[in-house]
Amino acid sequence: MRHRWISVLICAAVSAAATTACGTGGASQTADGKTELTIATFNEFGYEELFAEYEAAHPDVKITQRKTGQGQPHHQNLFTKLGAGSGLADIEGVEEGYLSQVMSKASQFNDLKEIGPKIEDGRWLDWKTQAVTTKDGKLIGYGTDIGPLAMCYRKDLFEQAGLPSDPEGVKALFATWDSYFAAGDQFVAKVPGVAWFDSAAQVYNAMHNQLETGYYDKSDKLVVDTNSAIKANWTTVTSAVAKGQSARLGAFSNEWNTGFKLGKFATKTCPSWMLGVVETQAGPENKDKWAVTDAFPNGGGNWGGSYLSVPKQSKNAKKAAELAAWLTAPEQQIKAFKAKGTFPSQVKALDAPELLEQTNAYFGNVKAGALFATQAKKIKAAQYKGPADGQIQETVFSPALQSVEQGKNADEAWATAVEGAKKAAK
Amino acid sequence: MSNVDAKISPYLFVAPFFVLFAAVGLFPLLYTAYVSLFDWEVGADEPGFIGLENYRTLFEDDQFWNALFNTFSIFVLSSVPQIVIAVVIAALLNANLRARTGWRMGVLLPYVASLVALTIIFGNLFGPQYGLVNDVLGIIGIDPIDWQASTFGSHVAIASMVNWRWTGYNALIILAAMQAIPRDVYEAALVDGASALRRFFSITLPMLKPTLIFVIVTSTIGGLQIFTEPKLFEPSGGSGGGTEHQYQTVVLYLYQSAFQGLDLGYASAIAWVLFLIVIAVAGLNFFITRRAVR
Repeated sequence: MRHRWISVLICAAVSAAATTACGTGGASQTADGKTELTIATFNEFGYEELFAEYEAAHPDVKITQRKTGQGQPHHQNLFTKLGAGSGLADIEGVEEGYLSQVMSKASQFNDLKEIGPKIEDGRWLDWKTQAVTTKDGKLIGYGTDIGPLAMCYRKDLFEQAGLPSDPEGVKALFATWDSYFAAGDQFVAKVPGVAWFDSAAQVYNAMHNQLETGYYDKSDKLVVDTNSAIKANWTTVTSAVAKGQSARLGAFSNEWNTGFKLGKFATKTCPSWMLGVVETQAGPENKDKWAVTDAFPNGGGNWGGSYLSVPKQSKNAKKAAELAAWLTAPEQQIKAFKAKGTFPSQVKALDAPELLEQTNAYFGNVKAGALFATQAKKIKAAQYKGPADGQIQETVFSPALQSVEQGKNADEAWATAVEGAKKAAK
Repeated sequence: MSNVDAKISPYLFVAPFFVLFAAVGLFPLLYTAYVSLFDWEVGADEPGFIGLENYRTLFEDDQFWNALFNTFSIFVLSSVPQIVIAVVIAALLNANLRARTGWRMGVLLPYVASLVALTIIFGNLFGPQYGLVNDVLGIIGIDPIDWQASTFGSHVAIASMVNWRWTGYNALIILAAMQAIPRDVYEAALVDGASALRRFFSITLPMLKPTLIFVIVTSTIGGLQIFTEPKLFEPSGGSGGGTEHQYQTVVLYLYQSAFQGLDLGYASAIAWVLFLIVIAVAGLNFFITRRAVR
C-alpha cells in the first residue's frame, strides 16, 4: 500500500492527542505481559460474560471489546481501516448485509482454516459457512448468529378477512409466493384500509434471496438484466403493489412504526430478531394480535446474522482465531443467545433445550426458539453474492421498489434499477 | 528584548492558528485534490492514477447534476425567504417593545435546539401518510402531498427546516447592525418628512449592506453544503436522498459515494467541484449584493 505513510502520520498525530486508537495490532502486550486481543462488535453479540470466562481459562490473554451501537458505523470503520492498512481489532464482527463487500476484499482477511484451530465438521449450518467461503475455498469468518425467516401475521385481521388464523391453518396461505399473493388479493378485497404487507422491498428481498442466482453469477458478472427470475420477481411484487397489497411504508421509517401501531398491514416477513421489533413498535395495545408461524413462502430464508473474522492486520492472528473459534462454538453461542437473544447458526445449538423451550409472550407464548430452528433448517443454500450485492439491494432495488409505491411506472422504475445496479457494480 | 525575539515572537504567537489550519484545513484540502486523481476505492491495495477521469465521469453523471439542481433549489427556497424575513423580524425587534430581551432571545431558540432532533421532528411532521402537516392541509381541503416522493415538496420541507433554524440567528445579526446606524440620520429624515417605509428603504437597508453581504455569503456557503437535513429527512432511507434522489444534495451524494460506494477518488472530485462552485456563487452573491444595495 503506497499511501500508508500518510495514515501513519495522521495516526501519530491523533494518538498523541487522544488515546491510542491506531495500530492496535502492533503493541498488543499489556504491562503484565499478557497478550491483548481486541474484538470489535456492534449492537449486542452477548459476549460480555463469555470474555470473563475465557480470560479465567487463559490467564495469558486479556480481551478488550470495542463495541459500536449500530452496524453501519461499525462497518464504515471496518472498511476505512482496511483501506488505511492499520487500526482494526484482532477480531472484527461482520454482518451478513456487508458480507459481499468483505468477501470482495477477502485477501485482507486470514483464512481461518489455515490459522485457526481444528474445528469439527458441520459445526455451522451449511449455507452459513458457504456464504463466507471464497471461491478458492478460504474461510473468512466463523458464523455467530442468523436471522431465519418465518411469517408474522395479524390474527384479528385474518379473521376479519375470513382467512384461517390459527398457526396451522395459515400455513397453506404461506406455502408459495403464488398462494401468498393470492391470499393478499382476497384480504385487501375484504378489509378496506389495511394492506397485506408493509413494503414491497421487504417481500422482494426475501424472494430474491431464494433465487439460485442473484444479481451476480459465480464469475462476478452482473446479470441483473439477463437473469429472468429477477424480472419475474419484480413483476410479481410490483403488480401486488398495483393491487393495493402494499402499505407503502419503508422499513424502519417513522411511518412504518406508526403503521405497526395502527395495524395498517396484516403480514410481515419475520426474521427471528423481528419479533422484538414488532413488539416494540406495535406496543402493548396490540398484544396477542400478532402471531408467527413456522412457514415461509417457497421454503425459507435468512435476513441478518454475523460472522467473526480475523483481519491480516492482526499481530496475534492465531490467538485471535482461537478466541473466535471458542466464542462461536455451540456451547458459547447458546449462552450468548440466552444473554441477548442472538439466534445461533450452529447445528448443535439448534437442538439445545434452552433454545427449544424459549417462548415469546407477546406472540401468544409461541415456542419461538423451536419455530425458528425449524425455519433455519429449511434454508437450502446460500446464494452467491457478488462484490456490490449488498449495495445493489440497499441503495438501488429497495429505493426503486419504493418509487413504484410512490406512484412511478413499474417499467420505468425497472429501467432505473438496472442502470443503478450497473453503476453500483462498476 | 533581543533582536531575534522581536523578529520571531510575533510569528510564534500567531503560529497556533496557522499550524492548526495547515493540519486540519489546508492539508485535507490539498490531499483531497490529490486523491481525486486516483481510482481510489476504500481498502484497495494499489489505487491507480487516472488523471482527470473522475472529473470527466462527474460531468457526465446525471445524478451529480440532479444533486446540484436539488442543492440550488433548496438553497434558493431557504436563503431567500430566510433573509427577507430576518430583515423584517430585525426591524420589528428594533422597535420599542416590552420585554425586549425576551423577544430577542426568543427568535434564537430554534438555533439552540439540536439540529438532528429538529430534523427528525420535521421529518415526522412531513410524513407522507401520517404526518401532521398533511393532516392540517386535509382540514383546509388540500390533498395530502407526498413530501418524500415529490421533488418540489421535499425541497419545501427541507428548506423549512433550514429557515426554522437560521432565520432568528440572522435576524439577530441584522438587528445588531441596525442598532449601529446613527440615530441622527433618521432624525434628519424625519425632519425632511420621510415616511417609515421610506426611512427603511433609503436609510436602513443601504446602511445594512456590509452585514447583509456577510449574512448572504455565509448562508451561501452553508446552504450549498447542506447535508444533515436531507440525510435525516427520512433516516431509514440511507443516503440516496429519496427513492429517486428527489432531495439528494451534492454533499449527500459525496457522502454516498465515499461511504456507501467506497469510491474515495470520485467523492474527492465531487468535493473539489463543490468547493469551486461555493467560491463562485459566494463571490457572485458578494458582487450582486454590493451593487444592488446602495
